Amino acid sequence: MDMPELIAKVDDKAKPAAMLEVKELTTKYITRYKEDVYAVDHVSLKVEEGKSLGIAGESGCGKSTLALSLMGYYFAPLHYTSGEIIIDGRNISGMNPDDVRKSILGTEIAYIPQAAMNALNPTRKIINFIEDVMEAHDLSVTKKDVYERARQFFARLGLPAEVLQKYPVELSGGMKQRTVIAVSVMLLPKVLIADEPSSALDVTSQKMVIKMLRSLMENDIISSLIFITHELPLLYNVVDDIMVMYAGQIVETGPAKEVVLDPLHPYAKGLMGSIIVPEQGLRDAKLTAIPGVPPNLKKPPAGCRFAERCKYVRPECKTNSVASREASDGRAYRCIFSEKELREFYRKEAD
Amino acid sequence: MPDEKKVCLRGSALTKVFAYSGQKTVAVDHVDFNFYEGEVVSIVGESGSGKTTLAKMLLGLTSVSEGEIYFQGEKRDIRSQKKRKEYWKNIQAIFQDPFSSYNIFRKIDAVLLDCIDLRGGRNLSPAKKVELMKEACSFVNLKFEELTNKYPFELSGGQMQRLMIARIFLLRPKILLADEPTSMIDACSRATILDELMHLRNEIGMTIIFITHDIGLAYYVSDTVYIMEHGKFVESGSADEVILRPQATYTQRLINDVPKIHEEWDLSTV
Repeated sequence: MDMPELIAKVDDKAKPAAMLEVKELTTKYITRYKEDVYAVDHVSLKVEEGKSLGIAGESGCGKSTLALSLMGYYFAPLHYTSGEIIIDGRNISGMNPDDVRKSILGTEIAYIPQAAMNALNPTRKIINFIEDVMEAHDLSVTKKDVYERARQFFARLGLPAEVLQKYPVELSGGMKQRTVIAVSVMLLPKVLIADEPSSALDVTSQKMVIKMLRSLMENDIISSLIFITHELPLLYNVVDDIMVMYAGQIVETGPAKEVVLDPLHPYAKGLMGSIIVPEQGLRDAKLTAIPGVPPNLKKPPAGCRFAERCKYVRPECKTNSVASREASDGRAYRCIFSEKELREFYRKEAD
Repeated sequence: MPDEKKVCLRGSALTKVFAYSGQKTVAVDHVDFNFYEGEVVSIVGESGSGKTTLAKMLLGLTSVSEGEIYFQGEKRDIRSQKKRKEYWKNIQAIFQDPFSSYNIFRKIDAVLLDCIDLRGGRNLSPAKKVELMKEACSFVNLKFEELTNKYPFELSGGQMQRLMIARIFLLRPKILLADEPTSMIDACSRATILDELMHLRNEIGMTIIFITHDIGLAYYVSDTVYIMEHGKFVESGSADEVILRPQATYTQRLINDVPKIHEEWDLSTV
């Protein structure tokens, strides 16, 4: 190895490694009438080791489909179209679903679907559920080992060991959810994708779930977290970076603080303007509402997908497709207007 | 709030006990309240606090175990079907799940026509009825032309909930009880729905009772907030007083547990 190559290698080490990198991923649903619905459209993202990424957007914008697509595990009606998914340097796009299930899910990437806790089998104890998970991954461990490992793992996460011997009905909603999360990371995946992990819970249980997700990161049980929710105050308090999704596309990305407090894209601006938190000054603030409904993704609009609902729309917005553009502080957004022009609009509006 | 406060709905020592083979559960435990005319009241509590049971008693959907409800100064009497129907002209509700609030076999026109009939408009000319329906739809920013001849399930959740508000606009009740009206719809539509409800309150001067677990929402919309825990009101007062200067430990915990934007969210307290 000569010198320049060596330097390049060292440089590589110094840069934080991308745990999960997705390039131009496109996936579609094929309906039973053979119509294509592009729910995830050319999405690129990067999550570094030790970082967390939040995905925000209104219902139906493609958040959950993106979560499913990130796993690389596709089953009808969801189909992979194009793009790459690279987990810790390993490209998993286009892999056979069976291989993905055996060698990727649970060990490289774990996924907690919405309302996962409701999927627990009511007739089986939590420990039996864990045994099933272990067996599915071909681990030739004895039941005694599984129990010992589960007990230690639960203790590490601050969950009582009695939970293992209980049936799901004996646990509270918050405890069930934390149990499901604990089991999903028992094989120490690199990336955890959590889709609305706390939305069915009351505020106190929600806080406990969030605390647990944070401790998973702090204790190096997982390296990176992707957190999906429509609750912006929650996202703001949990993740490092936020991506705002609209109609299958990413319309804005950036550090959580900047995206929430100073959004650039008109859709992100509308979304942030609808946040309700019990803080002083809320009652005087006027909530913004975005009129209209998202476009039908069977026939996505040719131009900007938000054009129909945008206050600042220009004729060219509806015809020309809009590319994502870089902005200050490591942010990017998808709009024809420059950062300066957008800020000018918002300033005028506030006056 | 109006200058002269008139009590619209009053409860005294209102109690609901669920009894099952010797086991008694007190869901609502001797609560007292005065809801004034034209006021927006929120009843906030976590799941299992008894807030929905209280709402059902107010609506007359479940019996009262103990205590009394007074409507406009008089003891509420809904013992006969006729009287109950009369009472329901004055109190209407919007529920959490818009998808299960409608009869799926009835078209939107029928839903709205029912409301006109209930208000005594049965003998109006068809043209006049259409005019009323158009007015109600435009009040909630829906287009009647797009809704007519459709079934409720062809609408989105947000649109259904707005159609509910259009119904209320036609019915003009004295009291509207909204049980988690925005918990199943996303944040952008939530702002629209809340604004429309407030607009409606100003338009017809009704009392709105919000039942919610979302303390931020309660703070945004209400004049008065009641905090409910284990079937009892632990704290009540003006929204500013209760949310910004909570006295009861339960209220403090509830507010502390909600993620915030401009203030630190303390994760160490669970």
